[in-house]
Parts: sequence; structure tokens; C-alpha cells
Amino acid sequence: MRLFLTQLRRDLLIAVRSRSDAANPVVFFLLATLVLGLGTGSELGPGAIWVLALFANVLAVEGVFGRDHEEGTLEQLIVHARPLFPAVLGKLAAHWTLSGLPIAILSPLGALMLQGSTAGASILVVTLLIGTPTLTLLGAIGAALTIATGRSGLLVAILVMPFYVPVLIFGASASAAATTGDPTSFALLVLGALLAASVTAAPFAIGKALAISQEH
Amino acid sequence: MGWIKDTFHKAGSPRWFFAGSRPWMVGLYVVGGLLILAGSTWGLGFVPPERYQGDSFRILFIHAPAAHLAEAIYVAVAIAGLVFLVWRMKMANLLIVAAAPVGLVVTVLALATGIIWGIPTWGKGWVWDARTVSTLLLAFLFFGLIALRQAVPRPERAARAVALLAVVGVINIPVIKYSVEWFTTLHQPPSIEIGKKPAIAAVFLWPLALNVLGYYCFVAGVVIAALRARIVERDAGTEWVREWMTPS
Repeated sequence: MRLFLTQLRRDLLIAVRSRSDAANPVVFFLLATLVLGLGTGSELGPGAIWVLALFANVLAVEGVFGRDHEEGTLEQLIVHARPLFPAVLGKLAAHWTLSGLPIAILSPLGALMLQGSTAGASILVVTLLIGTPTLTLLGAIGAALTIATGRSGLLVAILVMPFYVPVLIFGASASAAATTGDPTSFALLVLGALLAASVTAAPFAIGKALAISQEH
Repeated sequence: MGWIKDTFHKAGSPRWFFAGSRPWMVGLYVVGGLLILAGSTWGLGFVPPERYQGDSFRILFIHAPAAHLAEAIYVAVAIAGLVFLVWRMKMANLLIVAAAPVGLVVTVLALATGIIWGIPTWGKGWVWDARTVSTLLLAFLFFGLIALRQAVPRPERAARAVALLAVVGVINIPVIKYSVEWFTTLHQPPSIEIGKKPAIAAVFLWPLALNVLGYYCFVAGVVIAALRARIVERDAGTEWVREWMTPS
């Protein structure tokens, strides 16, 4: 637990002190909403918000280990943190606080812009709150695998987007059902199950991938 | 019990595999080729037309084996990935290198035949059906394995990263398998299940079984051929490859 909190605090501090980097995912999300609204011009459902949140996530998660890898702190973390998974979770929690969380909070604004109303927006926020941590956890596996390749934005997207699909399906279907007042609990429960499974399993895959990346 | 351990150690040696695999490769090519020839001739030429779909259903004999094999290849790649991560067996890594492009081709074949079959029967080539989508995702997984290996600079590190990705990707296989039952849309549920009476007429079942078996054998032959090429590539410059190259 202490490892988790230390790592969380450190990463949040770094993010707060380099302000513009921290705001990038949210700004990207809003800008992408604008571009999508202008490009299609029609009224879109909450699925569009989910797709934008997914893209923002995949773009943001790609760099989650990049700076630490360049500095060498990542190597120190792998050498010293025993066990590694609380530190990994702390790092990802900090990352999600600045990408998934603000996007979820701002998503009613996106819904207002794209679908013209905020019907079902509370469920949309809930699905994003449960769904985007799963995306971050799965995306971090791809980010960890590709550290050694240097610049790798598109590659990470190709590697992790297939894994994002179940989350997208259930997140989008729950928020679409909410706009028409249909029941959403099944999809929400599946989203919760996906989150629980990835919180328990993904840190080990991430740890393994990080260890591979630091081998000499 | 000694021979099991012995075979395991030998199977891990690329050189030993190379020396003994040529008859297997040729045999699998011949058997697979004959089975596909027999199954396809039977299925395409002699089986009566299906009641509702007429002759268009005959693509089943090409489509179903490919779709089935695509999943099987991915499972094989994932098992090889696990073996490589745990025991660092060189042959397991070479198997992933050899099988991933083959898997991509077979998956694309399954998708292409599915689209061709969908146009006359469903009225459109592409539907957002769970199984169609997950097969396309399988193609992207195979592509990801190939792309990751080429992107990571050091071969040893690339091999371990690809093996880990293959193991993580295996969670997609149950999604493919059960998605049909989870949210069935247009794609028919599986007609043949182990332990149940097949929901497909026996006249269609036999040529289909021949083709499935033939696809397996033939693709196994292709993978062995690719493995042999990779082994020679990897050991190029060693004594035994030079000996093998010089005509006696």
C-alpha cells in the first residue's frame, strides 16, 4: 500500500509541475469532439463519446512509461520495488486521474455537443468511470511492450485496440440504453467484472513486459 | 520416463528438428493436399445443393475449415509463447515466427470467404456480428505479433515481448468461441459441437471433415517448412549448415 501511495503521489506531483502535459488528454478529447461534430454534422449517440474517450486513452497511455524510461527511474523501480505491482498500479492510477477521470467528468459536455441533449449522461459518466481504468490497464501492457522501440504511438494503438473492444461494446451499449431509458445494469456489471479482472491480472503482465524491456 | 525428457530436450534443439523434419514436411504436404483435393471435389462437385441456400453454401467447405484453423493457430502460438517465457525454448520462439504470418493468411482467407458467402445469403458482405468482428480482431492480433517483432530492435528482447503479447492475446479466443452464443445476430450458431449430435446433415459433414483435416495437415506442413527456413537463417554460418549446403 505504501508503494502504491508513494508512486501515486510522485507521479501526480510531476504531472502537476509540468502543467501542459497533464492537460493534454482532456484537451485532445474536447478538440476531437469538436472535430467529430464538425465533420459529421449530424446528431451522434453516446457511442461517439466512448470512441473519442478510447482514442484519447490510447494516445495518452502510449507515453505512460516513456519519461521514466529515459531518465532511468523505471529501471530503478524494477530493481527496487518488491513486489512490483503496487508501484505499477500507483503509476497507472496517477495516469488515469489525469486522463480517464477528467474525460469522464467532462463527457456530459461532449454529449451536449454531439447528441444535443444530456439524456442518460449520468450513466455515460458511470460507464466511463468504470471502463476507462480498464482501458488504461490494458493499454499499459502495450506501452510496456513497446518501450524498447522508442517512438511507437501507432504500434501501441494497433497492439491494444483489439483488447479494448469488449470494454467499448459494453460501455457504449450501456450508455446508449440509458438515453432511451432501457435497463443498463447487465452491461455495467460486465464492465465492473472486466475492471476487476484487469486490476488483478494486468499488473503482472505489465511487470513482466517492463522486466523484458530492461533486459540487457 | 527417460525417453520423454530426452525427446523434450531434443525437440528444443533446432538442429535436431531440422535433421528429422523433412519427411514430416513432405508427408504432411502430400496427405493434406490429397485430403483437400478429395474433400473439395466431393463438397463442390457431388454433394446435393442445400435446401435454402442452393449452391452458394458450398463455400462452407472452404470457409469453415479456415475459420476453425485460424483460431487453432493462434492457440498454438500462445502455447508456444508460454513455453518460451517459462523455459526459454528456442524452438518455441521460432515456431511463433514461423506460424504468425501463416495464421494471418488463414484468418484473411476465412474473412474473405465469409464476405463472399455473405453477399448472396445475408444480402451484404459485412455485418457487425460478434464472430465476424472477433475474426477480424484475430487478424489484427496476428498482425500485431509480426509488427511488434519487427519494431523491437534486439532479437532476444523482441522474442520475449512477442511471446508475452501472444499469451495476453489468448483471452480473445474465448471471446471468439462464445461470442456467438452471447450475442447471436446473423451468424449461425456452431453446427458441430463435441458430445452433441451435429446439426448438419451427414452428406455435408463428411467432405467438411476431410477438408478440416486436410487444412490442418497442409498448414502444419507449411509451418514446418517455414520453421526449417528460420532455423537455417538463424544458424547460417555454423558448421552444420555449411555441411548441409555443400553438395556431397
